[in-house]
Amino acid sequence: MEVSVTVNGTVRSADVEPRTLLAHFLRDDLGLTGTNIGCDTSSCGACTVLVDGRSAKSCTLLAVQADGSDVTTIEGLAGDDGLHPMQQAFHECHALQCGYCTPGMVMAAVSLVDEYEDLDAAGVREGLEGNLCRCTGYQNIVKAVLAASE
Amino acid sequence: MIPAAVDYLRVESAEAAVAALGEHGDEAKLLAGGQSLIPLMRLRLATPTVLVDVGRATGLSGISVGGDTVSIGALTTHSSLEHSAELAAACPLLAHVASVVGDPAVRHRGTLGGSLAHADPASDLPAAVLALGGTLVVSGPGGSREIAATDFFTGFLESDLAADEVLTEVRVPVSTGGWSYQKFNRRAQDWAIVGAMVAEGGAGVALVNMASTPIRASSVEAALAGGASAADAAAGAADSTEPPTDNQADGPYRQHLARVLTRRALEAAGA
Ligand SMILES: Cc1cc2nc3c(=O)[nH]c(=O)nc-3n(C[C@H](O)[C@H](O)[C@H](O)COP(=O)(O)OP(=O)(O)OC[C@H]3O[C@@H](n4cnc5c(N)ncnc54)[C@H](O)[C@@H]3O)c2cc1C
Ligand code: FES
Ligand code: FES
Repeated sequence: MEVSVTVNGTVRSADVEPRTLLAHFLRDDLGLTGTNIGCDTSSCGACTVLVDGRSAKSCTLLAVQADGSDVTTIEGLAGDDGLHPMQQAFHECHALQCGYCTPGMVMAAVSLVDEYEDLDAAGVREGLEGNLCRCTGYQNIVKAVLAASE
Repeated sequence: MIPAAVDYLRVESAEAAVAALGEHGDEAKLLAGGQSLIPLMRLRLATPTVLVDVGRATGLSGISVGGDTVSIGALTTHSSLEHSAELAAACPLLAHVASVVGDPAVRHRGTLGGSLAHADPASDLPAAVLALGGTLVVSGPGGSREIAATDFFTGFLESDLAADEVLTEVRVPVSTGGWSYQKFNRRAQDWAIVGAMVAEGGAGVALVNMASTPIRASSVEAALAGGASAADAAAGAADSTEPPTDNQADGPYRQHLARVLTRRALEAAGA
């Protein structure tokens, strides 16, 4: 089936099987391998992208469902003038170690800060409960998200 | 990790969905937010051959309060329920329950209708609609019918919905009396090991994950109506239940949780 998705500002069309997950469409059809896949149970959040501005697990969405939508991946976050403030905060707060969870974590955090006002540390932890990190212990991730939300 | 091959149809209305389901029979499955169905398809526990995507159908989402009833379109997302000021005023229990489902990404896509139709006894929203004494409005080939929430859940992942019916609307009474949802889990973003839901100061009490369907704790409701204290009423919360055993909890532990969580919920609700 023909799908047309605006990915990081550019309309991308492809003929995909209906069973194609958005994560596979992004990685395999479009070569955007920043979006990671870390589980097969919808639990890790490594695959998180923005669909029409809100976080979504791209392993739990068919590419055909995203037809006509606006998708932002980690590759589309930085602007001409450098890193997105959330990326910058992750960098400055040392909010990553191996980096595997980072693209999904950053996309989830961007959506979270946009969706919820007056986040405190507990709110950030709760809001990122769908994103697992096996390295950092989360402390610096929470710090980064709070820094970027100010 | 990759679903089995499937055909895909996008429909623009509930009527078109009913027609498509009728045409493709048992092999077809409705797709709303996909937050339950796609994980099952990925594991090939579900292998429909036709997906009828109702996700963009018009007129099936939104919240409206009229008189003493709140009407909610089946496609309304958990996230819309969570953030609706109207719902927070008219039925704060439902708005709160929506806010503790899964994680934000799941709530952005998952729908109230999908959660009810999926009929998972471990899910939060079905028990909320049950505690509130809600009604489900369903469209089928012969027109539409209403099903009381108490009659809707018929077994594990089974409901009174026929294969060619579409859930279009959920109605709950305006409910601003004391309420509480005590959800007990150990892992982030997880379903409840057990949950206890109290609506209208104890007039409606429902339990999550204590049977093959969400259930009303009618013995608790009756004890309260008869003047029992919250603690005494909650002591009977697990009476005549046969909760499931899984890798997180066995039956007796679930019964213990049901009593404790019901007491906490009743106390929080001011019962
Ligand atoms: C990581 C993760 C964590 C989660 N945690 C929780 C949790 O803590 N608590 C909880 O309650 N839920 C949880 N869920 C499930 C979530 O709430 C789902 O969104 C919901 O159960 C299904 O809604 P959906 O719109 O996504 O339905 P879909 O997945 O699209 O459909 C589910 C089923 O319902 C049928 N269906 C859908 N819409 C209709 C309709 N209008 N009429 C008739 N049939 C219909 C479909 O055919 C399918 O069989 C979680 C999901 C994930 C992925
Ligand atoms: S890959 Fe783990 S949630 Fe999507
Ligand atoms: S930095 Fe390694 S998983 Fe998060």
